[in-house]
Amino acid sequence: MFVNIKSIKFLFLVTFFTTFFAFSAFSQHEEHAAATEHHSATEKFKPGKMILEHIRDAHDWHICDIGGHPVSVSLPIIIYSEKGLEVFSSAKFEHGHASYNGYKLVEGVIEAEDVTHKFYDLSITKNVMAMMIGFILLIIVMLSVARSYKNGLGAPKGIGAFVEPLIVFLQDEVVKPSIGKHYARYMPLLLTMFFGIFFLNLMGLIPIIPGGANVTGNIAFTLVLAVITFIVTTVTAKKDYWKHILMPDVPVLLYIIVIPIEIIGVLNKPIVLMIRLFANITAGHIIILGFFSLIFIFGEMSSGLGLGVSVFSVIFTLFMSFLELLVAFLQAYVFVFLSSLFFGQAIEEHHHAEAHH
Amino acid sequence: MFLVKPELGLIIWSSVTFLLLLFILSKFAWKPILAALKEREQKISDSLELAEKTKLEMQAVQAGNERLLNEARLERDKILKEAKEMKESILNQAKKSAEDETRKSIALAKEAIDKEKFAAMSEMKSAAATLSVEIAEKILRKKLENSAEQDSLINEYLKQMNA
Repeated sequence: MFVNIKSIKFLFLVTFFTTFFAFSAFSQHEEHAAATEHHSATEKFKPGKMILEHIRDAHDWHICDIGGHPVSVSLPIIIYSEKGLEVFSSAKFEHGHASYNGYKLVEGVIEAEDVTHKFYDLSITKNVMAMMIGFILLIIVMLSVARSYKNGLGAPKGIGAFVEPLIVFLQDEVVKPSIGKHYARYMPLLLTMFFGIFFLNLMGLIPIIPGGANVTGNIAFTLVLAVITFIVTTVTAKKDYWKHILMPDVPVLLYIIVIPIEIIGVLNKPIVLMIRLFANITAGHIIILGFFSLIFIFGEMSSGLGLGVSVFSVIFTLFMSFLELLVAFLQAYVFVFLSSLFFGQAIEEHHHAEAHH
Repeated sequence: MFLVKPELGLIIWSSVTFLLLLFILSKFAWKPILAALKEREQKISDSLELAEKTKLEMQAVQAGNERLLNEARLERDKILKEAKEMKESILNQAKKSAEDETRKSIALAKEAIDKEKFAAMSEMKSAAATLSVEIAEKILRKKLENSAEQDSLINEYLKQMNA
């Protein structure tokens, strides 16, 4: 029986990754098609372009424009291809005005000048950098919290007074009720997910470096988290979970309908996790940037109008920022809550099944 | 479309960084924090339990005290009652013996008085008898000084006797 379950798990993982890579390859193809028909920037303010530039990943960390010249932090480019590993600064591209080593930057995406040349872009992009900075800060914070417990077990002080109630809340109100008595095994992963998402969400709300990157609003990042949830669910799943999927409690003739539905349901869970976090955070960023765009749209008509609109824009943006603070917490909470529900479902054992024998 | 296209580079870097984060935080943050939380929870529940136990013990001690106090009070009441009873019985006894004594002495006195009275009466009676005999003798002597009178008297007596 154990061998069976293991092979089923393996099959599931293989299926999942094949589907994902097929999807990825398809969208890459589409991207290439879209990139070829890009236009050079004009002087007129385009809110859509501005917003998308802000929420997408980039190879340099843009701070501001001074006199038409962008001021930004250049990030390392890492390219892997048949030529081997190539590492150089993104400054070499001069913000897309120059090509280097046979590569050029088209709307923030690296392309080879020779179209037949295959390569993988493994650069430390803005999102990677922001994620690393965020995680390092998170580690510093959490280690200091952990250290504070070394001098006795008094009430938490400082940042611990903020972190500890969250940990206790997650443990007692979220993880314990959803998973049950084996909750302790999952606590480190769920806590890391919660604080990782929460921290990056908050950093995304800071407009200037090291914040401002849209890490949790990037589908690659949410995909990684969702895949981790999926792998942990699949690997830790007990017999009853597989029985429920592969031998559901219906007449055998219905298996042909029910089993595919169950499998879709299983795959659906991480995909929904991935999309929910990505869409919520990206939408928040788009709304805030949209309010700011209003200032410039009206400012192009007349500077007085832009000034007038800016008052409302700032008020609405402030309101949205507060809402986003809530969303930052809420989405981290929802992600962890649903993950723990999935874990709980996977290890649930139906004792009533034995009663039939 | 690029928004929903996951980039390979970011996927790899996210996976590596997140797993590193998971490892570091699990080992150096979550483990001590969760252990400390658990320990504190244990300590609090232990303290609560101890407090509850102490409370029960206190109640038991208090109940014991109350019982002892009640017993002492009952004992005192009993002793007081006994003392009172004893006092009363002693008093009664004393009263009774005094009364008896009095009655006895009165009776003795009465008896003595009666005896004295009787003796006096009999003495008086004998004295009166002697006196009357003497008086009668004297009278008779006086009356029988002449014979005539003696005869008349004898006759009178005889007459009286014949009548």
